[in-house]
Amino acid sequence: MTDQVTTTVPATGRSARSPRSRGGRKTVTAFLFLLPALILLGALIGYPVLYTAWRSLYDATGDGFLGLGNYVKMFTDPATFQSIRNNVVWVIVAPVTCTILGLIFAVLMNRIKWATAFKLIIFMPMAISMVAAGVIFRTAFQENPNLGAANAVIVGVHDLFDGGSEYPGARPRENAGIELKDDAIVGSGAVKPGGSQDFPLVGVKADSIPSTAETAKAAADAGGGEVTGTVWLDFVRGGGGEPGQLGDGKKGLPDVTVNAIDSSGAVVSTAKTAADGTYVLSDLKSGSYTIGLPSSNFTESFTGISWLGPGLVTGVIILAYIWIWAGFAMVMISSGLSALDPSLQEAARLDGANEWQVFRRITAPLLAPVLVVVFITLIINVLKIFDLVYVIPPGSSLPSASVIAVQMWTVSFGGGNDQGLGSALAILLLILVLPFMIINVRRFRRERDR
Amino acid sequence: MKSRFGRRATAPLALLAVSALALTACSGGGDSGSGKLNGVTLNVAADWSGAEQKNFEQVLDKFSKDTGAKVNYTSYGSDVATTLGTKIQGGDPPDVAVIPQPGLLQDLAAKGNLIPLSDAVSETVHKNYSQDWIDLGSADGKEYGVWFKGANKSTVWYNTKVYDDAGATVPKTWDDFLKQLALISDSGTPGLSVGADVGWPLTDWFENVYLRTAGPDKYDQLSKHEIPWTDPSVIEALTVLSGLWSDSSLLQPGGAQRTFGDSVTAVFGDPPEAGTVYEGDFVAGNITSDTKAKVGEDAKFYDFPSINGSKNAVVGGGNVAVQLKDNKGAAALMEYLATPEAASIWVKLGGFTSPNKNVDTADYPDDTSRQIAEALVGAESFRFDMSDLAPSAFGGTKGSGEWQILIDFYSNPSDVQGTAQKLEDAAAAAWAK
Repeated sequence: MTDQVTTTVPATGRSARSPRSRGGRKTVTAFLFLLPALILLGALIGYPVLYTAWRSLYDATGDGFLGLGNYVKMFTDPATFQSIRNNVVWVIVAPVTCTILGLIFAVLMNRIKWATAFKLIIFMPMAISMVAAGVIFRTAFQENPNLGAANAVIVGVHDLFDGGSEYPGARPRENAGIELKDDAIVGSGAVKPGGSQDFPLVGVKADSIPSTAETAKAAADAGGGEVTGTVWLDFVRGGGGEPGQLGDGKKGLPDVTVNAIDSSGAVVSTAKTAADGTYVLSDLKSGSYTIGLPSSNFTESFTGISWLGPGLVTGVIILAYIWIWAGFAMVMISSGLSALDPSLQEAARLDGANEWQVFRRITAPLLAPVLVVVFITLIINVLKIFDLVYVIPPGSSLPSASVIAVQMWTVSFGGGNDQGLGSALAILLLILVLPFMIINVRRFRRERDR
Repeated sequence: MKSRFGRRATAPLALLAVSALALTACSGGGDSGSGKLNGVTLNVAADWSGAEQKNFEQVLDKFSKDTGAKVNYTSYGSDVATTLGTKIQGGDPPDVAVIPQPGLLQDLAAKGNLIPLSDAVSETVHKNYSQDWIDLGSADGKEYGVWFKGANKSTVWYNTKVYDDAGATVPKTWDDFLKQLALISDSGTPGLSVGADVGWPLTDWFENVYLRTAGPDKYDQLSKHEIPWTDPSVIEALTVLSGLWSDSSLLQPGGAQRTFGDSVTAVFGDPPEAGTVYEGDFVAGNITSDTKAKVGEDAKFYDFPSINGSKNAVVGGGNVAVQLKDNKGAAALMEYLATPEAASIWVKLGGFTSPNKNVDTADYPDDTSRQIAEALVGAESFRFDMSDLAPSAFGGTKGSGEWQILIDFYSNPSDVQGTAQKLEDAAAAAWAK
């Protein structure tokens, strides 16, 4: 990375004249001096690349020649194709976002006091290894709000506005004349005024019901225009008791909303249960009604967003990447900024340009070479992203998060044992990186020749 | 795969037992006759390190004392297959190696690297082991292995307080198991926690159900992919699992993103978020290291329930000793490892289950480990973990093969046919390599 840093700073000294022109003996000497480096490069880069290309034409055992079979498989195998698609998303989103954020930070930091402190903070994640950062993000974005910080915040904010229900998770006792319908618990049969409807419920922790709850008792007989009944926790600690029947010290559930619903589906009467779980629905005209406990009594409390589920997991990993690399972009761009000649900006300001115009017409064009270097470095970096994608997703969303480098490792060493396909993926990665490498090398040459 | 066994908290126990053993070891006279291997040096290798290595070295010390042979132990770390392969290629294999995979035994036997058990050793093995273990240590009709250590993966762990609160009892059958889970869920605590973040707990679920619904013979055939994964017996086992996994009222929600370790702490943490968790005997180690629950008091286990009247069967694992050099000393050590005396040394130290049926279960240091061992040696049929027998592309790869397909099945348990087809496709590809 350091070589790119040096390229961005406009060269001040004159570059040395190329020694090429000074006769053949010099060439031989130069070659001899280069030989050790060439041997090293050949052994460590040239040979592995060629061997990988050759290996990618063979099957898992290394004996059967497949031709381009592995390359076809790469795009037809759904798991591998998914990882290629994910890499495309990465390349589109991550470098642009990092560069823009880095630019914003760098430009703004130029204008505030304590800039060094802020820069330090933003650059700090660069000092953390990718694996450690992955573990941090994996923990922070866990689904369980007791473990994951992101969901803890979201659930906390959500609960400020909507405190959740009194008895989350309550379910009807089976075979007790009540059933679950559209999330509400309703009596299975219609009830006429003067009748009754009991609600034995289960699935609520005995410890979590309000301390005001009293032992449930049968409701008084209903008068004219009334329906009565009891809502109770049909469970005895340590077992025992008759399912669906009162007694054995079963507690009533206070403050449960009970609705009477007529045949058109409209709520015609509402009541709340008392401390012993009894309720009285009054003012009912003759007819038959469905008695129900609306879902608002039982909705499970909001448990946050499934960040690491198949849908969002790539987003979270990209966020982790940006968290780390925005600092790098910022530092690169600020070094470019400080190398700019401030008199150009001053002159533009004197000519009446506002700050936005100065940025658009003067700063940004002058910074363009730096921005391109940062952008291309990030693209190359993103193409070969591995660690974060390997660490963050839980098993269930691993296939939807996978990228080429992870897939390459998995199929060749992570248990897949198909180094043919793995080599083909490595070659694909090489081909994808090459154009950006070439752009970088060209830029490097142009800078030198300037 | 070794990492899944977690840390075992055996060190304190081991320290206690060391002194006890030092006293008893002198008095135990071996039947191999003292001093007959004087001057012989044997090299032994296994994957045990740390506390386990210390315990195994005590087993070897007793052999040295009885025979006069000098025994050097080397730990090969977690990748025994590679290290052992290199040693064999280099012409310097250990005299005896204790290896964790029967597949490796088969490979080495096929390559001619192993010495078959001598008649005397074979006799000792037959006296001390059930036929299932002998078969697991055989290749092409010849006996090669002495199973020194066993693991029981048919144990269902439960929080005794949650069970007591709900009035739930220990179930013997699958139907009763579902009924008890429902009872626990009625009490407001989900009945079961599953950690489906990685696939291996799910493969163990499947193997236990399959061994019970299809029987040991089909299990063997499926292990070798002699019958396809679309076989009706697989469909039946998946259907049984689907019945449990699709009943959201029994399960702690969010299983697909829960690691296995979290599923243990969910059951034995405070407050408990579920009542039951299934996995092998190593869960005791997780409970001890990650929660405040006491194994044997707050945390107990019962045998994986019987399905449709199946006999008690155990899915498990183990470490098998094989002989790589043909000499008297190595054969004597193999015979020694097959005796209950050798096993009971480690048994008393804790953290160890012996598949040797003649080990006195009174030697186990606590009720839980005794119960685990009794289930293991008392099983009508014992089968090795199927996913460990399969090619790793199918049975041991994060993100693909059986692991991933069962994770998907856990999230979408209604798709039994499609899951069987996907398993068959993956298996066909893995076995074809």
